Amino acid sequence: MQQVSDGPAAIKPAAPVAFNSSASWSSGREARADRLRAGSAYADGKVVEARKATALLEAVIRPGDRVCLEGDNQKQADLLARALAAVNVAKVYDLHMVQSGVVLPEHLDVFESGIAKRLDYSYSGPQAARIARMLFGGKIELGAVHTYLELFARYFIDLTPQVALIAAVSADRHGNLYTGPNTEDTPTVVEATAYKDGIVIAQVSEIVDQLPRVDIPGDCVHFVVQSDKPFYVEPLFTRDPGAITEGQILTAMLAIKGIYAPYGVQRLNHGIGFNTAAIELLLPTYGERLGLKGKVASHWALNPHPTLIPAIESGWVKQIHSFGSEVGMDNYIRARSDIYFTGSDGSLRSNRAYSQTAGLYACDMFIGSTLQIDLEGHSSTVTESRIAGFGGAPNMGSDPRGRRHPSAPWLLAGEQADPGTPAALRRGRKLVVQIGETFGDKNVPLFVEQLDALILAEKLKLDLAPVMVYADDVSHIVTEEGIANLLLCRDKDEREHAIRGIAGYTDIGRGRDPKMVERLRERGVIRRPEDLGIDPLDANRSLLAARSIKDLVEWSGGLYAPPSKFRNW
Amino acid sequence: MENLSYRYSAPRRAGGSKPLALVGVVASGNLEVLVERVLPDTECQLEIKTAAEGFGPVWAAVTSDFVARRAAGGLKLSINDGGARPDTVALRLAQAVRVIEGDEQ
Repeated sequence: MQQVSDGPAAIKPAAPVAFNSSASWSSGREARADRLRAGSAYADGKVVEARKATALLEAVIRPGDRVCLEGDNQKQADLLARALAAVNVAKVYDLHMVQSGVVLPEHLDVFESGIAKRLDYSYSGPQAARIARMLFGGKIELGAVHTYLELFARYFIDLTPQVALIAAVSADRHGNLYTGPNTEDTPTVVEATAYKDGIVIAQVSEIVDQLPRVDIPGDCVHFVVQSDKPFYVEPLFTRDPGAITEGQILTAMLAIKGIYAPYGVQRLNHGIGFNTAAIELLLPTYGERLGLKGKVASHWALNPHPTLIPAIESGWVKQIHSFGSEVGMDNYIRARSDIYFTGSDGSLRSNRAYSQTAGLYACDMFIGSTLQIDLEGHSSTVTESRIAGFGGAPNMGSDPRGRRHPSAPWLLAGEQADPGTPAALRRGRKLVVQIGETFGDKNVPLFVEQLDALILAEKLKLDLAPVMVYADDVSHIVTEEGIANLLLCRDKDEREHAIRGIAGYTDIGRGRDPKMVERLRERGVIRRPEDLGIDPLDANRSLLAARSIKDLVEWSGGLYAPPSKFRNW
Repeated sequence: MENLSYRYSAPRRAGGSKPLALVGVVASGNLEVLVERVLPDTECQLEIKTAAEGFGPVWAAVTSDFVARRAAGGLKLSINDGGARPDTVALRLAQAVRVIEGDEQ
């Protein structure tokens, strides 16, 4: 037993002088109590009627506050967005919005009116053109465009919201919330706000005695506003198989035979887009014929894509964790709990922060589409007039330098990139694959000399161009002309010609040196369809496991209920 | 509308003996190709009517690659283009050759 002593009194340090003896160490908590008192005038317990929502927000939000108005690429706190856009700008102004998605018109209306001034965000799909105009017009002071995971991280360091406006399906009188399958960002937003003296206000479409399950505990929720309809959800991850082209099917065949098979990719994430939808629909047909079932594409970080239903039903998929849900997939998911993560009530539990982390660290491959790729391999979805933001793509589409666990695809990719380093000291590499046809909509080329993102950065005087996937993270580019394996390129020149060599009839493609391209092809840096034993004429729609939304419904045994805009029967 | 015409010497004769074939459809972003076996075995001709103007150099590249890669000797291909992308054009041309190579029904 060690003897414990206080030691001689002589060396006891003097009591430190406080930097400000009158300062409180709990000013945030006191401020929250003030706000709660002000807000309680409009509430019955925690429950607030929808017509009082704007008055509630005027009472609890202070000028200059950081406010998270929940919304991402899927669900939206739409009632609270309208309520915020209606506040008196003399009372509530200069807000700093810190939110995943700038998606609804109201998300930008608050900047037009002066209610909000500064913006840190991640995704702006449908508002991409308007946000660009407002940034050029100086209406928005831009902090940065983040990836989802990055913005979530900053919620805990320097962008912690003072007020969070969130969306759930139902609440009880204590403020416990049921989010339903679209849990998405809510737990992360609430964690950062509620545990750092912030106020959490939820919109719900029902107040009930007993919730189906508790997604958010009531002691983190301060006010519950009752909406007369459910929060809005965009069916963003539904791709109609009827719109898949032969060119997309060819790129899918190339990816499956030229990448999934040789690397043995089992853990992966797919972006949204028709090329990856084609891959999903080719697994049970073309993939089966190649004998790949059980060897590839078994474990996923993925939203519930309807186009994956045939592969699930054919026994390809072991497990899927999801960022959010997808409209119409609820009953199918309930009936397939071996595949999806579900709660005690049987419905999906999604979580964007966890699924993004899973995509970053636990997946061996990301494959997705983009709008522009330059000669080094940088890619971007920003064009001069549209700033779509990133969402999760740069996080999925990056090689995590903190990864330490090995897997066969990761080790093989690492060896290809760096054959000189001894194996035990060599980093593996995540496969980051960009897939697309050489020309997109309206004959716009995929390959460009210079990304529009650079022009935009110059115009807006940004420190960083909004690059979605950096060149040094990209491992492969797939087009209908072939696959470029950038891991095997040893210098800038080889890289440029690997890209030109699959750029088809774009200006970039026609600017190739054919001899250099042939040399790269001999080394397997470029692989053409014929090098992989693929006849482009075999790429036709009969290969798709489902050729229409109706086929997907049939595959699901009637469990998938597509939203009306996808029904043509 | 733009009309373009290319005539190449073809390294290989198109297989089979079918006199003509039709592939594709006239639609936006698509094209129709009528292929006829009416030329000497060492020649290939392409007549293009296109809705998209100013793509001459791309058509020249697509058609010359086509004649170099596919056995197209003896064929005249008449193209009715609804602004298809070059990769779609290359695919339809290859399909046209495959169809005319096929056995007589």
